[in-house]
Amino acid sequence: MDGVKIIEIKKSVFESNDREADALRRELKQKGVFLLNLMSSPGSGKTSTLIRTINLIKNKLHTAVMEADIDSDVDAVKIKAETGVESIQLHTGGMCHLDAEMTRQGLDGLNLKDLDLVILENVGNLVCPAEFDTGSCKNAMILSVPEGDDKPLKYPLMFSVCDLVLINKMDVQPYFDFDLEKCRQNILRRNPKAQMIPISAKTGEGVEVFAQWLTDEVRDWKK
Amino acid sequence: MHELGIVFYIIKEVKAVAEANHVGHVAKVVMHIGEVSTVVPDYLTDCWRWAADKEELLRGCELQVITTEAVTVCKACGKEYATVAHGRTCPFCQSGDTVLLRGNEVEIKEIEAE
Repeated sequence: MDGVKIIEIKKSVFESNDREADALRRELKQKGVFLLNLMSSPGSGKTSTLIRTINLIKNKLHTAVMEADIDSDVDAVKIKAETGVESIQLHTGGMCHLDAEMTRQGLDGLNLKDLDLVILENVGNLVCPAEFDTGSCKNAMILSVPEGDDKPLKYPLMFSVCDLVLINKMDVQPYFDFDLEKCRQNILRRNPKAQMIPISAKTGEGVEVFAQWLTDEVRDWKK
Repeated sequence: MHELGIVFYIIKEVKAVAEANHVGHVAKVVMHIGEVSTVVPDYLTDCWRWAADKEELLRGCELQVITTEAVTVCKACGKEYATVAHGRTCPFCQSGDTVLLRGNEVEIKEIEAE
């Protein structure tokens, strides 16, 4: 073909994001700031869980929150009003997830040298956020009781990238056919290393266990 | 609906390659998309059309998708099988201890530059 040149690329679409994420993690390690990427489906209780948890740890760990949503700033305003910690809103511009570059832009808006812990509340979605490494030190997700104990089988990638699964809304378990043991087995099938903590952001049950997990992770990251 | 996000990554990558190779216009981008990559080829090409036409470099540029077969290997019996037909359970020995070998790719194979 005249005037047509084939240029071989052979490169994964996720490669440049993965590289950017690794660079961000290295910088966070140097600065001694622990970044947690918190994911879940919409309505599982990410914001209310964060409010409960931050109120337990904020006197020990200097904490800030980055809220990622397609639109609005309701979550950022709520976190700031109910915990007093710094909270910024990131808009994804219609995208269903955050990537490492967007995360970095968010972190640039925070005063990292005064912080121990930054929690990124990702867009509510069990598919896309699992595919894009944000540069976080650990990934956590919330699965709430009304969503069902079979979710790990339906969204295997999400469960396989998470270090910690919080099982929220335990207070309403009597009203749902949710089998905690079956859920545990389904999670472990997809990710044998996953840790699980049953909680209720409403009653506070188990939240201190999550707070302790965060405290331990921040301490280990700063070593 | 993450195809649009993926399209933006493809555009970013193709632009960088085009610039490095002093390419004025790209006529075609060829992708390898694995059967179990969770990318829907039709959605990807629809999003591509919308986004690519906004770029001078990619106006009218075709996105060709080559689907790659997903293959899983069973750690218990060592046999390989087609992932889409059998999922995570080995059809030979019924073990659940299986690992995806390929079929997860979202890869830019090559571009045709004018």
